Amino acid sequence: MIELIAFYTFAILIIISFVIVVTSKNALYSMSALASGMILISGLFFLLNADFLGAVQLIVYTGAVIALYAFAMIFFDTARDIKESKSSKLIFILTGFSSVLLVLIMTVPLATGNVEALYPIHEGVGNSQDVGMVLFTKYLIPFEVTAVMLLVAMIGGIIMAGKKMDEGITELKEELKQ
Amino acid sequence: MIGLEHYMILTTVLFMIGLYGVVVRKNLLMLFFATEIMLNAVNIGLTAISNHYGDLTGQMFAFFIIAIAASEVAIGLGLLIIWFKRHGTIDLDSLQSMKG
Repeated sequence: MIELIAFYTFAILIIISFVIVVTSKNALYSMSALASGMILISGLFFLLNADFLGAVQLIVYTGAVIALYAFAMIFFDTARDIKESKSSKLIFILTGFSSVLLVLIMTVPLATGNVEALYPIHEGVGNSQDVGMVLFTKYLIPFEVTAVMLLVAMIGGIIMAGKKMDEGITELKEELKQ
Repeated sequence: MIGLEHYMILTTVLFMIGLYGVVVRKNLLMLFFATEIMLNAVNIGLTAISNHYGDLTGQMFAFFIIAIAASEVAIGLGLLIIWFKRHGTIDLDSLQSMKG
């Protein structure tokens, strides 16, 4: 019973905050709503017995990604209201239809076919330990490749954001005109 | 115990919100936010399936999706900052350079 109440509370709050993200005209409100939605999603992960994933969600999304957005927003004029393109009913219906279709394509084979657990969750073992055992045996190479990818992304981010950091915006514009 | 269907419906609704945001928003920063919403929706679905079958594979994929989202944000924001420095705006219409 308490699980059901928790699920519906989290679900409704997540949907409300993400609707605010998509519809808000102010970028700052949008980012705050995104942060709250991310935190609430970690609650769903804890509900699904994925404790480690919930902690990672809290640390990586709300700790790193949202902080990165917040710092990047220093560069943009966020106080200005954002112009919207006209949203028609047709777009709404089409997006709804296509996402239902996509989820059906992904889940129907899973729901109807006989799925055998390749890496079963062990009883009596904590989720973090279980995840660690699978991640460092069966998924070791993807894990290492992910580490290299994050390193590349970090270097790329530093080079792109730090390029001509000491020069003003106007000087860059002059350079473009030449 | 909540059934898999509940989580799948939530995943669909969140994915729909993200897709709607990608289609409708004009600001590039808002496009990034909508992409994050879609990635998170998929993460919820994968974790729910993982819990339903007692299999850890779904959670593993969710981890890799989180790592990909983090690197996407790092690269994308760098590009966005360069674009803003050059053009002074991050509206999607300003990306259009060819008149056709």
